[in-house]
Amino acid sequence: MVVWTDFERTTIQDIFSKIDYAVVGQAAFSRCLIVYPWTQRYFGQFGNLYNAAAIASNPKVAAHGKVIMEALEKAVKDMDNIKATYAELSALHSEKLQVDPDNFMLLGDCLTIVVASQLGKNFTAEVHAAFQKFLAVVVSSLRRQYY
Amino acid sequence: MTDTQRPFVQKTTEENADMSLSGKDKAVVKNFWGKVAPKAAEIGGEALGRMLTSYPQTKTYFSHWADLSPGSAQVKKHGATIMAAVGDAVSKIDDLTGGLSTLSELHAFKLRVDPANFRILAHNLILCMAMFFPGDFTPEVHLSVDKFLQNVAFALSEKYR
Repeated sequence: MVVWTDFERTTIQDIFSKIDYAVVGQAAFSRCLIVYPWTQRYFGQFGNLYNAAAIASNPKVAAHGKVIMEALEKAVKDMDNIKATYAELSALHSEKLQVDPDNFMLLGDCLTIVVASQLGKNFTAEVHAAFQKFLAVVVSSLRRQYY
Repeated sequence: MTDTQRPFVQKTTEENADMSLSGKDKAVVKNFWGKVAPKAAEIGGEALGRMLTSYPQTKTYFSHWADLSPGSAQVKKHGATIMAAVGDAVSKIDDLTGGLSTLSELHAFKLRVDPANFRILAHNLILCMAMFFPGDFTPEVHLSVDKFLQNVAFALSEKYR
């Protein structure tokens, strides 16, 4: 059972209330596809991913970035039940999409970097730690249904 | 044996690791480092502080320090030392294994840092670079810097076994 301090709860909710899901989602997801190109293997149907410029302007990438942020919001809204919240998504990623779960943290790292660039000095070490902890819990929940 | 003597044999993993930085990667890293250099000490201190806070397992290597909080003098000083070494690695980018040989021995025999932690520190360095230089740290720069730090980590682990 994950124990959240008041600071952690407030911090996570605060971050998600401040960021624009479309902007941050697109930035994080496209960065992941560019910096870790092997992650493109799961997105054959997204069209042109041939280079950084193509990825950055790809509308399917942008749309999917937003989808990812909206899915993360579910965890933000119910931080004491993240395991249950993601049970279905975990099964989806393991059985249908067959994503190597090591990739989840790559996207998590890119998201952290994008949020850090956006918030600047407000992304203090304590805020950073809370955000990494939140993502670690999300990733752990997404890994649960793999067998 | 040089490549011209065995042109059709696949390169070994070590050669690949050292050679995986393209000319473009090196140029991008050097160029970006030119911008980072004035803030290097600050970035190093921040990155180390964040690593100790967000990845508490890394604190095990610094149990001899009195204060492991992000703003502490020891953390800032050591972060600056690390970042100076990264800057030195940039200048030795054409031969990281040779250039970092002494540091590798230090980490292998004296400090005995598990090499997995190099990746953790690299992530925090990258994050701080993105925070301090949001406009310059584009995905392409991020890619080259990530590769560079991976190569540095590999060079640092060369002497381990």
